[in-house]
Amino acid sequence: MNFGFSEEQDLLRDQVRKFLDRNCPLDRVREIAATPEGYSPDHWKLLGELGFLGLILPEEYGGAGLGWTDLVVLLEETGRSLFPSPLLSTVLAGALLSDAGDAAQKSRWLPGLAAGTTVATVALLEADDLLAAEGVQLRAVADGSGFVLNGEKCFVVDADFADLYVVAFRSGDAPDDLGLAVIERDTPGLSVVPTPTLDRTKRVGSLRLDGVRIGSDALLGRVGSAWPAIAAHLDRGAAAVTAEAVGTIEGVLDLTVQFAKDRVQFGQPIGHFQGVKHPLAEIYVDLESLKSLTYYAAWALDESPDHVALAVSEAKAFGAQAITRAGIDAIQLHGAVGYTAEYDVQLYLKRSKWSRPLFGDEDYHYDRIARLGGY
Amino acid sequence: MDFHFTKAEEAFRAEVRSFLDANLPASDPPTEAELRAWNHALGEKGWLGFHWPKEHGGYGGTLIEQFILKEECSARRAPPLGSDFMGLTWVGPSIIMHGTEAQQQKFLPELLAGDSVWCTGYSEPDIGSDLAGLQCRATRDGDEYVINGSKIWTTLAHKAKYIFMMVRTDPGASKYKGITCLLVSMDRPGIEVRPIPALTGVHSFNQVFFNDVRVPVDSRLGEEGQGWMVVVRALANERSGISEATEKLRHLDDLIALARETRRGGRPASEDAAVRRALAGFQAKISAMRLNGMRYLTKQLRGEPAGTETSVNKLVRGQLEHEMWNLSNALLGSSAQHEGKWQTGSLGYHGTVIGGGTPNIQRNIISERILGLPKD
Ligand SMILES: Cc1cc2nc3c(=O)[nH]c(=O)nc-3n(C[C@H](O)[C@H](O)[C@H](O)COP(=O)(O)OP(=O)(O)OC[C@H]3O[C@@H](n4cnc5c(N)ncnc54)[C@H](O)[C@@H]3O)c2cc1C
Repeated sequence: MNFGFSEEQDLLRDQVRKFLDRNCPLDRVREIAATPEGYSPDHWKLLGELGFLGLILPEEYGGAGLGWTDLVVLLEETGRSLFPSPLLSTVLAGALLSDAGDAAQKSRWLPGLAAGTTVATVALLEADDLLAAEGVQLRAVADGSGFVLNGEKCFVVDADFADLYVVAFRSGDAPDDLGLAVIERDTPGLSVVPTPTLDRTKRVGSLRLDGVRIGSDALLGRVGSAWPAIAAHLDRGAAAVTAEAVGTIEGVLDLTVQFAKDRVQFGQPIGHFQGVKHPLAEIYVDLESLKSLTYYAAWALDESPDHVALAVSEAKAFGAQAITRAGIDAIQLHGAVGYTAEYDVQLYLKRSKWSRPLFGDEDYHYDRIARLGGY
Repeated sequence: MDFHFTKAEEAFRAEVRSFLDANLPASDPPTEAELRAWNHALGEKGWLGFHWPKEHGGYGGTLIEQFILKEECSARRAPPLGSDFMGLTWVGPSIIMHGTEAQQQKFLPELLAGDSVWCTGYSEPDIGSDLAGLQCRATRDGDEYVINGSKIWTTLAHKAKYIFMMVRTDPGASKYKGITCLLVSMDRPGIEVRPIPALTGVHSFNQVFFNDVRVPVDSRLGEEGQGWMVVVRALANERSGISEATEKLRHLDDLIALARETRRGGRPASEDAAVRRALAGFQAKISAMRLNGMRYLTKQLRGEPAGTETSVNKLVRGQLEHEMWNLSNALLGSSAQHEGKWQTGSLGYHGTVIGGGTPNIQRNIISERILGLPKD
């Protein structure tokens, strides 16, 4: 039993943190978030060169062949620095392609994802926001060896950045008549509508598919049996969002602790007052617990498939509540400057609005924990 | 990162399981005789003083084996590991660390045989959270100390053979430097124990009065004025929260069963989404507590100094206790007014939250020592 990071993982953390501190401090985050693109293609290229984008992709496809306990380190750091980039969606799309694709599909797509020449995302949810097989209603009608797709996907993370979409569709009326298709951005009939988000460091959008034609080479796995791959993607997604949340909570805690040391009222730094320092201690307690739950979930993804569902749901449920609370308390502890656009603390509050519902909020995951526990 | 156990550790787990199969008391709660047999079996096996070094009569078990032992025992709702929790958890290790050879020979074998019960004398009527301000005096008179003052909330003082106590030997020295630790027989003339009725009606703690109590100088543990260091180390021997997490899992099982048996709005409470989500929330927090404990255990194994981590789990636990007992009261509905097992539990848990340092004190520790915020 060893519940700690290895020396290599500590080094990875150092390396990522140095990269982000140097290239993307918070003033740079704000600049990038204010651009229409919403991320820096230069950073993206550098990340690809450093090997961060293909961290968990197999080596034969240009990845580093590492695992989730390594990826967690990377995501914690990007979460801490509010790094604006389509990293999360590209990593998740890569994992899904790697999981469900055949050798030809993997050779075709994965090297570009690892190198940073392709941005990809998974389009799953639709207008009724249902994280379940019934939530997928976008219709596919057989057409020769391929399909024609019609419908709309919503809440697609990084929709507007992506060159490549993995789209979940419905091929029949039985609950599990589902398929997955890989579709390129410039495919006729596909259009992207960005949705304005509170958190401008994270972009979301909708996809419209109007008679989009796909060939059989675009199908991931067999049509009619895609649910297990989708479900595995949901677990990875929840784990990834939670890993970023760990970093974000740590970031907002550091920021607010520093503020509490600097801001003086009644002749004392406000951090002297228990009404200020105790809520900060509570955020720390949540952070420690969330780290434990998240690291364990990452380990389960690598090593212990039977424990994934429960471990991921415990982490995501706890994380959704913890990041919500940290965001709210941090604003309140700042007073009026926390209400300004100028102070950075608001950026973390907005991040919490993105993080909480993505891949299931606390209620969704508590319901799942209860189901798994048989109560 | 690796949550697997080695073959040797798995073999040890199997050994614990067969020990439990053979020795677990049949009744719940166990009878006095069953408890004696259980403690005797543990003593025979060498598992009292599990983590103590072999040269002091301990079993010399590793921290991981100790983790396995505690977890298996709590999973089976076994009684505590020995009847002398305080003696085995912090008095013994303090004597191993600071005691003279004579003290080690006198006290340790008794502790390991389960023949002695220790109580702990920190708190005083005027001294609680601010422990370093303690006032109970010991003055040197030849080769004796003369103790005058009082200790309070002393758990098990009415059954204890010895008290592990902190006294002030140098009122002139600074707060922390004037404290000394003494190991005192409870049968010394001048010691009086008065029970303090607890809100549960169970007799657990007492006030202890010291009136010109004379003890030999060799009752002192460590040097004069080093008592604070002894306390700090003893408090660090506190629990990591791992076995408490397993206990809370059993509590959760009971709570789930209660939710199935009780009704809300004419339907089983377990069908109420809010109830199920609350239960799932407890489950996640219990997992966090267990995993936090394992993370700190890894730090210890790597030889990193034990920090203030136990404060984190003490707070997680405190919160869980409040929430879990509060839910059981809600599930009981009007029956929450009656006497009963659940109802008594919902009174009794308050003691565990207060004892060993209140939540506010843990929050101070975290915000000051970890976050670096100004001291109160
Ligand atoms: C069941 C039980 C068993 C016990 N057994 C023993 C034992 O065997 N031996 C022993 O020595 N002691 C024992 N104790 C005593 C225990 O250690 C003390 O109760 C505890 O340390 C708190 O001290 P106090 O009760 O005097 O509370 P106080 O220190 O008077 O605190 C009262 C309230 O004020 C708050 N408070 C105090 N200081 C601060 C501060 N600086 N900032 C914010 N809030 C503050 C506390 O959090 C608490 O809510 C036991 C207590 C209980 C309940």
